[in-house]
Amino acid sequence: MWRFIGFRMLQAIPVLLVVITVTFFLIRLAPGGPFDSEKAVIPEVQAALEAQYRLNLTLFQQYASYLGDLSHGNLGPSFKYPGRSVNELIAAGFPVTAELAFYALLVALVIGGIAGVVASLKPNSVQDYIPMSVAMIGICMPSLLLGPILILIFGIYLDWLPVSGWNDSPGDKILPAVTLGSAYAAYIARLSRAGMLEVMSQDYIRTARAKGLPEWQVISRHALRGGMIPVIAFLGPAFAGLLSGSFVVETIFQIPGLGRFYVQAAFNRDYTMILGSTIFLATLIVFFNLLSDIVAAWMNPRLRDKLRAP
Amino acid sequence: MQFSVLKILCLVLTLTPMLACGGGESNVSQGNREGILHFGNGAEPQGLDPHVVTGIPESLIINALFEGLTVKNPYTLESESGVAQRWDISDDGMTITFHLNPQAKWSNGDPMTAEDYVWSWWRALNPAMGNQYGYMLYPLKNAEAFATGKIDDFSDVGVKAIDEHTLQVELNTPTPYFIQLMDHHSTFALHRPTIEKHGKATDRFTRWTREENIVSNGPFRLKSWQLNRRLSVEKSDTYWNRDKVQLNGIVFYPTENISSEERMFRVEQLHYTQTIPLEKIPVYRAMKDSPYANAPYLGTYYYLLNINKPPLDDLRVRQALSMAVDREKLNNTVLHGSNVPAFSITPPDTLGYQPPKVFSQNIEAAQELLAQAGYPNGQGWPGLELTYNTSESHLKIAVALQQMWKNALNIDITLANQEWKVYLDSVDQMNFQMARRGWIGDYVDPNNFLDLFLCDGGNNSTGFCDPVYDELIKRQAPQAISREERYALFNEAETRLMQQMPIIPIYTYTSNHLIHPSVKGLPPNLMDYINFRYIWLDKEQEAIE
Repeated sequence: MWRFIGFRMLQAIPVLLVVITVTFFLIRLAPGGPFDSEKAVIPEVQAALEAQYRLNLTLFQQYASYLGDLSHGNLGPSFKYPGRSVNELIAAGFPVTAELAFYALLVALVIGGIAGVVASLKPNSVQDYIPMSVAMIGICMPSLLLGPILILIFGIYLDWLPVSGWNDSPGDKILPAVTLGSAYAAYIARLSRAGMLEVMSQDYIRTARAKGLPEWQVISRHALRGGMIPVIAFLGPAFAGLLSGSFVVETIFQIPGLGRFYVQAAFNRDYTMILGSTIFLATLIVFFNLLSDIVAAWMNPRLRDKLRAP
Repeated sequence: MQFSVLKILCLVLTLTPMLACGGGESNVSQGNREGILHFGNGAEPQGLDPHVVTGIPESLIINALFEGLTVKNPYTLESESGVAQRWDISDDGMTITFHLNPQAKWSNGDPMTAEDYVWSWWRALNPAMGNQYGYMLYPLKNAEAFATGKIDDFSDVGVKAIDEHTLQVELNTPTPYFIQLMDHHSTFALHRPTIEKHGKATDRFTRWTREENIVSNGPFRLKSWQLNRRLSVEKSDTYWNRDKVQLNGIVFYPTENISSEERMFRVEQLHYTQTIPLEKIPVYRAMKDSPYANAPYLGTYYYLLNINKPPLDDLRVRQALSMAVDREKLNNTVLHGSNVPAFSITPPDTLGYQPPKVFSQNIEAAQELLAQAGYPNGQGWPGLELTYNTSESHLKIAVALQQMWKNALNIDITLANQEWKVYLDSVDQMNFQMARRGWIGDYVDPNNFLDLFLCDGGNNSTGFCDPVYDELIKRQAPQAISREERYALFNEAETRLMQQMPIIPIYTYTSNHLIHPSVKGLPPNLMDYINFRYIWLDKEQEAIE
């Protein structure tokens, strides 16, 4: 097991190095720079600005000095927010985004899991079609649309929930979590339905039934564990996707998360911020993929044994 | 079994605190009770260093935290006492003496002195600072030479402290708008010991503007700054004019998304919005006691024409294009009547100045001009590309104009949208045929618009160059004795400009806000200028429905 984890972590290093290098040079190819603005700047000012950010060095020198800083965990100063470091911006935004992603994932698991299991019990019946059609709508409906609709209904007409904010007033986390989680709920519903259907036709389920166990015990004690494996495998990438994909929801609900900084950084050509958040998110994605592989292996007896044996 | 029950239990327990019911008192009614203004500020401030930042969200916060030598009266836009109690202008207009208020203090209790200004202007103009607004101080003698590194000795620059409370300023030429510039943040005095405590004076990255460090001199002081969430200021007890400050505090929200901002206003989380989505204008306008505030704004929306590239190198083509645009129709349909059609670069009534109207909409004449240029009824038209930065409203306007040109002149215009920084690069390199552009005045004076089109103007971007025009703007207008004479010279220059038509003026901007009826002392004005000292909240005011 430890060899498996160690090997996977070693694999991550070249992956991240490629991400850093490609991002570093790719953003420099984009036209326009961090200091371009609608008002022309005199050359002296432009030169002073570039000197303060070491942009007067050659590209390769900049790359080397960036890697040097990075090895000390220093992601550099932000171009867009003078006086703030990228580390600081990530430290401010990430906990919020992570909390949002966590709630969204909970929403997705509860709604998606229940819908998927219910649908799988009577395949190709109304009990299957209705949850699965709703799931399809969930996948198709972008949060850009769902968010404002939920706000209109629950925030403005019914006046039950706040329309924006984060930790400002009770209940302000519900709408963003539901909006962000719904697309993933739909995926989870489909995955858990497929997983459950496969498991329900296995021999050991027939054995369990033959023992005379009531159907609800067959499902909860025997089928769920196997049927949820595809869902577990999906959770790692899903959480990473939620972290990096929360931009729209953060913007709609005025949430001070990392997603807003990340996307704004790309528009602003905030080189250090783009690089810093990309590296940070790439590391997280690698980590969560690893985590979900380990959990999936642990949940699957056959794989577990394979890993134990050298 | 335990597997799923436990999980659901966990979920319920985690979700319960989130499910506590919403509602409660709105920000607006609580704010009205406590004297706190909830202000939609458009974006997260990039920073609070007055010599570094350039945007409107930053300048609004800085105007609450700091005060210049002068401030503007929001009703008249005339300059009135700030840190300077009064000022004398010499007869030749070249020397200004500011008399500082002895009561003016920094928020840590230190007195403000004339020396603070000398040091701060040294910082603002220092080439190492990279201050993008340094040019605001260029009317000072030798300021430009110092800022561009041609001279090193700051004592040659035209500013000196006569005594603790007297600041004397020498100008290059008489500059009637210089007093106005004193309320722009790039000319503000900063607290030297605070800045030097946290790093080099010209360093852009230091932490001196953080809530625990900052020392300011305005009607409010920084209370808390939560990144991308809110920034709160509270009334300062060291401000010289504190008895006249009526608000106890202001909360600035970084309302980047204009639809979210409008929804926050609707549920009374905000007193004031930075703007309003175009499609919501008719709804709000129709309300009784409408919170929609629409006023002329010192800015012009126009298309740049690259007069070096065919077919726009032909004056007749440029005139034809401009004359074929139905600005009234555009304004009434696409823009919901929210703006004012423009026929020149300077907005009408800029401190009493009226721009010339060299042309008007005339489709027959436009067709005739296009035929003379060799494209009768659009035959042989080589095509023309319009570049604009990606935005829904720019797109709507571009499509409308594209159709007007097709209908009136039977010519095809292709639209090319570019992401903001790409677009800025294209305009800067003059790598376009026709491009969208907007210009917002930094100060109320026709000069601020007309000096765009000087031969060496950094924002000219059209290829227009007329020595006579330059002579009028650079030499003759500053020497004019009276305002009438000066405006007549500007008028002559602008007439020359519009006869050459290097731009197609489209509309004069307006400011568009939603303002809760309880907010008083926030009059509309041409600069969309807010003096927070004047604002008060009327507790008795009923909520809007």
